[in-house]
Amino acid sequence: MTHNFPVLIVTVPLLSAFIISGLSWVKKSLCFPVALLALGTSVFCAIGLLFRVLDLGVVEYHMGGWMPPWGIAYRVDLLNGLMLVIVSLVALTNLVATHRTVVADFPEKHGTFYTLYVLFVTGLMGISVTGDVFNLYVLLEITSLTAYALIALGQPDRAPLASLNYVFIGTIGACFYLLGIGYLYIMTGSLNMADIASLLPPIYHSKAVLVAFIFCMVGVCTKMAFFPLHVWLPNAYTYAPDAATSVIAPLMTKVMVYVMIRLVFSVFLPDFSFHVLHISHAFVWLACLAIVMGSLLALSQKNIKTMLTYIIVSEIGYMVGGFWLGNRLGMSGAILHILNDAIMTLCLFLAVGNISYKIRELDFVHLKGLFRKMPITMAAFVAGGLSAIGVPPTCGFFSKWYLISGAIQAGQYGFMLALLFSSLVNVVLFFRIIEIAYFEPMEPHNDTTGLKGSIIEAPLTMLVPLLIVAVSLVVVGIYSGDIVTTLIAPILPKGIG
Amino acid sequence: MEMVNSIRPLLAVMVSLCAVPLIAAARKPNVREMWTFLAAALKFLIVISMLPAVLRGSQFTYTLVEFLPGAAIRFKVDALGMLFALVASSLWIITSVYSVGYMRGLKEHSQTRYFCFFALALSATIGVAFSANLLTLYLFYEMLSLATYPLVTHHQDREARQSGRKYLTYILGTSIGLVLPAMLIIYHLTGSLEFSSVGLLAGHASKGLVALLLFMLLFGFAKAAIMPFHGWLPAAMVAPTPVSALLHAVAVVKVGVFSIVRVLIGIFGTDLLFSYHLSTPILIVASITILAGSLIALSQDNLKRLLAFSTISQLSYIILGVALLSPKGMTGGILHIAMHAFGKITLFFCAGAIFVATGKKNISEMTGIGRRMPVTMAAFFIASLSIIGLPPCGGFWSKWYLVLGSLEANHLSVLFVLLFSSFLNACYFMPIAYRAFFLRPEESMFEKGVQEGPPFCVVPLVITALFSIFLLFYPQPFLDLATMMVRSLGGT
Amino acid sequence: MDVLIHHIIGKYNYWLYTILMMIGLYAMIAKNNLIKKLVGMNIFQTAIILFYVSIACKKGATIPIIEEHGGSVAGHAIRVADYINPLPHVLMLTAIVVSVSTFGVALALAVKIYQKYKTLEEDEILMRLRDK
Repeated sequence: MTHNFPVLIVTVPLLSAFIISGLSWVKKSLCFPVALLALGTSVFCAIGLLFRVLDLGVVEYHMGGWMPPWGIAYRVDLLNGLMLVIVSLVALTNLVATHRTVVADFPEKHGTFYTLYVLFVTGLMGISVTGDVFNLYVLLEITSLTAYALIALGQPDRAPLASLNYVFIGTIGACFYLLGIGYLYIMTGSLNMADIASLLPPIYHSKAVLVAFIFCMVGVCTKMAFFPLHVWLPNAYTYAPDAATSVIAPLMTKVMVYVMIRLVFSVFLPDFSFHVLHISHAFVWLACLAIVMGSLLALSQKNIKTMLTYIIVSEIGYMVGGFWLGNRLGMSGAILHILNDAIMTLCLFLAVGNISYKIRELDFVHLKGLFRKMPITMAAFVAGGLSAIGVPPTCGFFSKWYLISGAIQAGQYGFMLALLFSSLVNVVLFFRIIEIAYFEPMEPHNDTTGLKGSIIEAPLTMLVPLLIVAVSLVVVGIYSGDIVTTLIAPILPKGIG
Repeated sequence: MEMVNSIRPLLAVMVSLCAVPLIAAARKPNVREMWTFLAAALKFLIVISMLPAVLRGSQFTYTLVEFLPGAAIRFKVDALGMLFALVASSLWIITSVYSVGYMRGLKEHSQTRYFCFFALALSATIGVAFSANLLTLYLFYEMLSLATYPLVTHHQDREARQSGRKYLTYILGTSIGLVLPAMLIIYHLTGSLEFSSVGLLAGHASKGLVALLLFMLLFGFAKAAIMPFHGWLPAAMVAPTPVSALLHAVAVVKVGVFSIVRVLIGIFGTDLLFSYHLSTPILIVASITILAGSLIALSQDNLKRLLAFSTISQLSYIILGVALLSPKGMTGGILHIAMHAFGKITLFFCAGAIFVATGKKNISEMTGIGRRMPVTMAAFFIASLSIIGLPPCGGFWSKWYLVLGSLEANHLSVLFVLLFSSFLNACYFMPIAYRAFFLRPEESMFEKGVQEGPPFCVVPLVITALFSIFLLFYPQPFLDLATMMVRSLGGT
Repeated sequence: MDVLIHHIIGKYNYWLYTILMMIGLYAMIAKNNLIKKLVGMNIFQTAIILFYVSIACKKGATIPIIEEHGGSVAGHAIRVADYINPLPHVLMLTAIVVSVSTFGVALALAVKIYQKYKTLEEDEILMRLRDK
């Protein structure tokens, strides 16, 4: 049974998506339980798989029994194992937390929403688990298409346009990736990651491989919203429905960072990426630019959701820059930050979702006096903000620790300064909101219940997952050292300093 | 030196943390106050229980969790930490009594929030006192910054908002921008962050790098209010007076100065500072703050602002003492942590009592107040003697050691700074007492008859004033702890 | 002359697909009408599909359906050089499906936008958004 986990983790949600789609015609109330069951199974398989990988090292599953490189192989090592656990847990938490919002926002269509949701998660998990480059493209497109549709379900006047822009830019990105793997196929004749890695070394200096690398990286960077290819992100995430944003924002871009790491570690080996090509410095400088621009653009926003999306752009800069520093500390920081940023973004967007469920508007002016009305949600928001700023003992501090240490070790002081600048800007960003929520008395028109001064918190199904996520920010932070030593350090290839 | 592994340091920190939910959930104000007093008493008892062993030379240590080799959350109770913890925990009890009188006297809002965050702030303070390494210290330092923000901005009006912004900008800006990179660079150089008795950095870094790190940490701990990062302290005076009293005379500012002393002794080490001639720049920076602080205090009319600038000036005495690198100087500096705390808290208590009883904030409005509130003003007079450094108050001891220390280290200019500053202190404190007591009754702005502040306010300030006198005759255990700390350092 | 023949005429398929891709990209970026942008996107994707298909080609080979030389197929060695590489074709079937689905989703979005704004010109839509 356990040796089927790699494929179950993808097929169960996939088939459930079709079941939910059918159920949405017949009996809508069953859609949510089926989705819950599907994602619950995925969580179970992901955790089981992670333990197996901790025991065995690498777990492989050959689709249809065909041996690679003729068949598609699913290959799970510690990096994917970790990614699968992150994706499935975040998806499940968000599913539970946003059930009320979904039913409120889409009274007729929530079956459709859950179909798309489960398909989206299927795509993400497939990307994380596959060991075949073309399979990755297919799953990437499944993820993207469902994301486009999920986003388009938002505010009717802005969401379709934002989604269409995302379609254009996202398709260009995916097609670049497709082109890149096409070049790889021409040069090596294989589509299996491990196989390509063994076939590439003799031809490292050929131009076709260089072009393949460039196309793959540009494609992945577009999907990852790495500055300056980030322009689709703010609008798409702001106008999407809250339930969709809180699952897309923590996961989509992080899984793309994983793809970049996977391509560098397992396809174009680190030897090629760091030593044959000399682009790591350029990447780090671009990352500094991403961090600084993301922070600056976030400062000028008047809507809390848009502000958070620009913070995501900045965080992607952390991960890309940390990875391309090229040393163990930087890479550990980048991979740890994938975990930490997923939790942090989930916490922040769930809190914003709660606020939006109760208050309806998300411009800063409408947030006055929120600490009195929604103390628990705001406390979780503050916890997420502290993690973004990098205050111990939240997890954000520890990934910053590794990233800055890596920068010091690599001599990239520009990156260190960019990280510190971003922390300081985050202080301003979050304390601006905390100030508004703390100081001003509530606006009269926000007083929907007619009970002045009483607490109008979000319902329990929305609060409890949020609190669990907020607490896990601190717990993951405290256990960062263990996480790095048991899960992340073995991922890094031996040759990295 | 014996190391005892005990959970008591952690308990001392956790007592008030655990009290927070109880305080928050309490329905009646008296129940809520009871939790605060219980937590404060318990904390004090735990701290006191470790005192005999520390005086004998043992150190308590406890590791909570280790992230990386050399980077852990670890507690260590040594003489210096014990001194600070004693001051903070004893004064919390007294301040809680005072808070009750003040907040109820003025019918302040959101008292539950106030007491909750107060408990959190004290938890963080004891955490800093008992930190064994720079990471733990940084963690509790940041926790203190965040826990005191709601206290500073308690009144939730426009002024509070501006001050809150200033507070955060100075304190979080410097800790994230200066302390964090310095900490990581130190870790990168030495692989550890533990405070050692000989200094961690010895032999690991060049003179330029050490100087850079020194200045990053000196200015990074902006809670010590070294100029030019002192601007937050006068602004924070918008807070209710118990906040100003305990936090901005004792907890927050002493945390800043304590962190600097810890870092100077434990990370750099007296030997390193001496051999790289780094004591002179620190002395210059401290002296500038001492003199400038006193000079600005001379021009202030608002009593709390005057006390704030006086605090800025007095804090740098502590750094001055430690930077002298001579045994008596360092003892004097460390002792001043305690002496200044008792004196300054009395002064703030008096300012608050005057406000509750008469609503007056400015010195120019306080002519003849000595006849109306004799007990309060007498306490004020005694406490100002302590700050100036005259007998019969405890502040005399710390000033005495500082003077001896500057002679010992052959820094006559420092001696001049000390004496001139004492003179300036007298210049701004004595007129207040004079105005209060000695002007003719016709010029008094107050009605005849004695009307003190509420008893909950007056009793604490009498206690702390009397304690200031008491400390002159019995400076133990503070003096013992200070001398023990200095003796335990390697070299010098 | 050699260079001309070798690099340009010899690799005419790559040039063709590059030009097609650029036409598609140009349409996506420069055209105002949303449908024209969509068509540009489709051209871009089609160019890549054609690129893949072209690399499967071999000189003198036939389509990859095994010819029977009397008797059963199994047991006979397949002469690989006789058949073009089927894998890129198969991959591109998948890619065509992806392309069609993307086009479908994008068209649905365009319909929604049209219902809301009554126009498909991007500059007009942006102007209406700014007016709101």
